[in-house]
Amino acid sequence: MNNKTAALSIKWEDILELVFDSRIDSVGLNERVDSLATRSIKKDSKLDALNMIVSMCDLTTLEGEDTEGKISQMVAKAITPDPSNLDIKNVAAVCVYPSLVSIAKEKVGNSGVKVAAVSSYFPSGQVPMESKLLDTKYAIDSGADEIDIVINRKAFLEGDYRKVYDEIVALKEACGDVHLKTILEVGDLKTYENIRKASLISLAAGSDFIKTSTGKLSVGSSRQACYVMAKAVLDFKNLTGISAGIKVAGGIRDSKDAIRYLVLINEEMGDEWLTPDLFRFGASSLLDDVLKQIKKLKTGAYQASYYFPRG
Amino acid sequence: MVNWEYSESVESQEIVNIKDKYQNFINGKFQQQNSKKYINTISPSTEEVLSKIVISNEKDVDNAVQSAQLGFEKWSNTSPHERSKHLFKLARLIQERSREFAVLESMDGGKPIKESRDFDLPQVAANFFYFAGWADKIDLSWGAKSLKPHGVVGQIIPWNFPLLMLAWKVAPALATGNTVVLKPAETTSLTALLFAELCEQAGLPDGVVNIITGDGTTGSLIVNHKDINKIAFTGSTQVGKLIQKSLAGRDVGLTLELGGKAANIVYEDAAIDQAVEGVVNGIFFNQGHVCCAGSRLLLQESIHDEFVAKLEKRMQTLRVGNPLDKNTDIGAINSKEQLNKIEGLVNEGVSDGGKIFQTECELPGNGFWFKPTLFTDVQPSYSIAREEIFGPVLTTLTFRTPQEAVEIANNTEYGLSAGVWTEKGSKILWTADRLQAGVVWANTFNKFDPSSPFGGYKESGFGREGGRQGLLSYLKAES
Repeated sequence: MNNKTAALSIKWEDILELVFDSRIDSVGLNERVDSLATRSIKKDSKLDALNMIVSMCDLTTLEGEDTEGKISQMVAKAITPDPSNLDIKNVAAVCVYPSLVSIAKEKVGNSGVKVAAVSSYFPSGQVPMESKLLDTKYAIDSGADEIDIVINRKAFLEGDYRKVYDEIVALKEACGDVHLKTILEVGDLKTYENIRKASLISLAAGSDFIKTSTGKLSVGSSRQACYVMAKAVLDFKNLTGISAGIKVAGGIRDSKDAIRYLVLINEEMGDEWLTPDLFRFGASSLLDDVLKQIKKLKTGAYQASYYFPRG
Repeated sequence: MVNWEYSESVESQEIVNIKDKYQNFINGKFQQQNSKKYINTISPSTEEVLSKIVISNEKDVDNAVQSAQLGFEKWSNTSPHERSKHLFKLARLIQERSREFAVLESMDGGKPIKESRDFDLPQVAANFFYFAGWADKIDLSWGAKSLKPHGVVGQIIPWNFPLLMLAWKVAPALATGNTVVLKPAETTSLTALLFAELCEQAGLPDGVVNIITGDGTTGSLIVNHKDINKIAFTGSTQVGKLIQKSLAGRDVGLTLELGGKAANIVYEDAAIDQAVEGVVNGIFFNQGHVCCAGSRLLLQESIHDEFVAKLEKRMQTLRVGNPLDKNTDIGAINSKEQLNKIEGLVNEGVSDGGKIFQTECELPGNGFWFKPTLFTDVQPSYSIAREEIFGPVLTTLTFRTPQEAVEIANNTEYGLSAGVWTEKGSKILWTADRLQAGVVWANTFNKFDPSSPFGGYKESGFGREGGRQGLLSYLKAES
């Protein structure tokens, strides 16, 4: 069963029950997440983790100043992250604004790197539904393989969960077989209960992935938010049999932090989630630190940033 | 990618320096003892012999008590301010050498380094700091001069938290002006002996802390020594009762901290995922070698199946193995004897009709190990629901109403601790009010703080350790 049919087969009432049943003890949750952070990942397991992180990266640029030249640079880096070590394969995707999708698509060619577009008036989403659909359809028509939308936080915080759900359903319909990632913007939602509720609503509406953040707020992803989302994905799987993915984005800058996310996913969800099909990092500066760490494991020395090409 | 294995990340043993054999620490120095009887102390995770300790005899106990008596003359006349300084010094030295202590504790006792490093040692230091602060404020707290130290205190401690139980006993005793003769458990004496070195290093006056090794016979000699003024014991209820009998009719103070069979009550309106974590922590912390372990899981019938499914899945991620590996969650069972006891009770549970679940994990070849175990379909009459197993074995019972939960929780000879899980504050208070247990944790478990008193109801003992109440256990009204 794919997620499209799932959306049709799950009753809104069933999800609502799960949504209102959201109970999270923040003290206990923080404790558990902290304890997972004490895992000591060394040697082979560290190298495996670093390579995994590269393969799960969505290299991202989402700025008003983005140009064709910038996209070309980033795509080159996405295809060959470290020219001095060709064992390191390409990253999962590049993530750009809709107007740059066609350029990105042309540049990635048949490298295997996917092109993701943020749409639905990322990052605020404060426009009428018609505009969101137009934005999304434009990105798909330009060739986007994946679409990252934002949930309607206005509706969510006003308690209009149905509206949040209906919008995602409509956008998923516009996506068809194009992969849909739904951004919760956990920095706006604030509480763990809210994050869980938004996760369940997004999953029920047919999202292939749920994503923590836009990267545009000072509060981005956190391992705590990721943990809440992981539990929601598992509960949703229990209900429907569907395995949805998680993308963490915003503020993940170094390998150590990224490895802690992998440990969390590994122990809470199991290693079947440790694949780019089900777990992604949205990042711009993380990749270089990972490349440096891989180099360090191979050569025993850290290299300066100028050894790694710009993305 | 599948099968992401964590590589071993083993804490180095080089930091510890274990002697071939140990002497007793009496009158401020390690002294040749009278007893010639030595036993091996082994690492329960490898069965490798770490060292030899002496089984102290009557003469050795007598020497230690005499030394403590001489020590008491000085120590009780030392100004409270000076006593405080000594305790602060010990606290700081413990912090300085905490890695050494943590590694030794894990080698000798089998507990994971994650716990000895992140729980035991920080708590040990915290207890010394806390009681150091009390030492010069005792008069102010209860009205001047009405309370006096007992004198020489005999302290007998268990093998589950060797150094932490030492801290719980030694710090308040010293803060209140007593001197001590302490006997660690025979399977876990090494950190206490390292602590003795610390007392030397800290310049503690001779005779204030005396540490002698030995087994139950030595313990009994301490209890029955004519010049002992108080006994503080932590251990089994069976031995606790023997001690109380021995002391009947004598003017000797006594505090006992004994067994437990704590109920961990999960209501249907709990935050389930965090309750699962708390239940896991409640029973599998320190291999379940915890007197206040949440060993009886009381589940509301409406959530039984969902909860058990989540719990089993979570248990499967517990990593059992080398205690010195930083990624180990569950270490070795402390001794062969304890392993036999756990196995015996678990077999009884199965033959009684309990449904057993054990995680699939590979156990190391040498050493003493037991897989994390969960029993469901258990009736309150089964021995696994009544007796303290003191291992990584959780027993599940069910209830329908809060009233029934409280009845089942209190339906035990023990009363050391309990847990309540619900998001509803009023229900927490209602339940906690009715539980006969010294500690009730709400939406958490196994949390400790030196300022919080700890102790039991019923056959879990009497007297409190920790906090202001803990000081009173080491003071008596002036006659």
